[in-house]
Amino acid sequence: MDALSSLADGFAVALTFQNLLLALLGCFLGTIFGALPGLGPSNGVAILIPLAFTLGLPATPALILLTSVYYGAMYGGRISSILLNIPGDEPALMTTLDGYPMAQQGKAGEALALSGIASFVGSFFATWGLVFLAPQLVKVALLFGPAEYFALFTLAFATLGGIASRNQAKAAFSAALGVGIAMIGVDAQTGVPRFAFGEVHLYDGIDFLVAIVGLFAVSEVFIFLEHRGEEAHAEGASKLVNRVTAPLSMLRKTAGTMGRSTVLGFLAGVLPGAGASLGSFIAYSVEKRVSDRKGTFGKGDPRGVAAPEAGNNAAAGGALVPMLALGVPGSGTTAVLLAMLLALNITPGPLLFQSNPDVVWGLIAALFIGNIILLIMNIPLVSLFVRVLLVPPKYLMPAVAMIAFVGVYGISGSTFDLVVMVLFGLSGWLLRKLDVPLVPVILGVLLGGQMEVNLRRELTISNGDWSALVDSWLSITLWGLAIVGFILPIIVGSFFRTNVGKGRSRESDDPD
Amino acid sequence: MSDRILGVIGVALAAFYIWQATLIQESFMSDPVGPKTFPIIIGVILGLSSIYFIIKPDPEPQWASFGRTMEVLFAAAVLFGYAYALPIGGFVLTTAITAMFLSWRLGAGPVQAAIAGATISVGIYVLFGLVLGLSLARGPWGF
Repeated sequence: MDALSSLADGFAVALTFQNLLLALLGCFLGTIFGALPGLGPSNGVAILIPLAFTLGLPATPALILLTSVYYGAMYGGRISSILLNIPGDEPALMTTLDGYPMAQQGKAGEALALSGIASFVGSFFATWGLVFLAPQLVKVALLFGPAEYFALFTLAFATLGGIASRNQAKAAFSAALGVGIAMIGVDAQTGVPRFAFGEVHLYDGIDFLVAIVGLFAVSEVFIFLEHRGEEAHAEGASKLVNRVTAPLSMLRKTAGTMGRSTVLGFLAGVLPGAGASLGSFIAYSVEKRVSDRKGTFGKGDPRGVAAPEAGNNAAAGGALVPMLALGVPGSGTTAVLLAMLLALNITPGPLLFQSNPDVVWGLIAALFIGNIILLIMNIPLVSLFVRVLLVPPKYLMPAVAMIAFVGVYGISGSTFDLVVMVLFGLSGWLLRKLDVPLVPVILGVLLGGQMEVNLRRELTISNGDWSALVDSWLSITLWGLAIVGFILPIIVGSFFRTNVGKGRSRESDDPD
Repeated sequence: MSDRILGVIGVALAAFYIWQATLIQESFMSDPVGPKTFPIIIGVILGLSSIYFIIKPDPEPQWASFGRTMEVLFAAAVLFGYAYALPIGGFVLTTAITAMFLSWRLGAGPVQAAIAGATISVGIYVLFGLVLGLSLARGPWGF
């Protein structure tokens, strides 16, 4: 087995003292980000990227830190869902449905333990899925030429609005905005400045890290300012948490649930534009249909806690497959992780597996290790995180904002970048109000340049013949998928909307 | 209505973008596509989706009250000010003031906010500046 021996090498990379420490730190921070309402995986990772970058971490340790945060957030989200009936992040939304009723029946400890174990099962098997599926996808991707890449980027943008997208025009608008921003600066092929208006700072283009931190972290501060005084009080959390264990009989009863939900969640994660939120949603609704014979779902059924947690953690692992193998992320957080790689001058995609196998397999091995750390952190030590939940936003959000500034200032030391970041924060706030998704903007800023390069490369090869974009079966297939992926939500979207919509928060959220 | 305004702004932005794209200087040596074409395609997509908002707007979103909107704008102004003051006033002082302001506007009392501001500023300075060695803005007194 090729994959297994690579994985063994990966463990050799991951099992250094520094990397273990970073995985531990990442898991810890991630669980906190997940648990705190208002901070989710995407903005948590977004704040840390500039920091990891300015601290000069090499690629593998930086990725280990940030993906541990990502996995950790998937675990952490459930804590406030169960205890407070407020999802800590969007993927944990479905966990409130049965988790909170369980807590009200005095079974909070059981619910926390069970959901922790379900999270572990979901991400453990999804990471195995990553080990075996990613290399297969790489084999296909190695056949890609510039035309196929151009089609693949189009596919990514077309599907990013997601199956639950409410308005595809808004997704297209947002993607065009992002790609448009990516065009700013000196054109790499001809050396002419574009959209720079003579401003020296714009010749280099807009740093995508600045855009990401602004859109995700600063806009969150504005949302909190706007809703000051409306947030639910976290006081209820301290009362409970007796003993955090789940009886064996409960685990036996939910084993099938976890298995089914892991498979569904993983598939949802691999598909573009879905991510963990959809993973937990699909896992819960299918489980309800399959096993809710007595109508106990929604009233504190343990299976209703296990399903979404296994689902969202499995989806988190699944979402890493297209990000690593194709360089095309399918969700908000993986888009942010892609930004990290690009900032480190590493282009993900098939070549990454060949030229930097240590990065890929070290990362995957770190995910296995992180999972075990997270299981330990999230069951015996869960009461520690419950205390963090009690930190009110009026102290937390200023700290978040200031750390965002520190990170961005550290990259370039320029006031200009900070101003641009606040501008992105304001636009992010406005766009969220208008229900325009932010992830396509980010992805546009990240991939716009490469998309154009591939288009121009293909047309240079074909001497200006545009039909070269669709003259292989592979690219025709990708274009077909892009069109279907763009149109499908318009037809079936209403089904998902009515179900997901019930618990959605006030502002539009992006798939994490 | 909000969506229609967004649509009008979007169309204007797209028109401006396409116009600017046509002004890009071609260099004498260029590939078949050139630096203009792709931005123009993007501008067209931006414009088309904006026209869709005008024709078929979504239901009105929940806007914040006037006071809260001002609150957000004022906070943004403070953050802009912070960006400019940072290299002049140094990290610790300006950050403490900004964090205090945000904490106060998020509902902390004046004294609590002052303590929070100072704690956040000094905490970040110690953790990121002293322990992790990140370069923070230096004011006239070096911190």
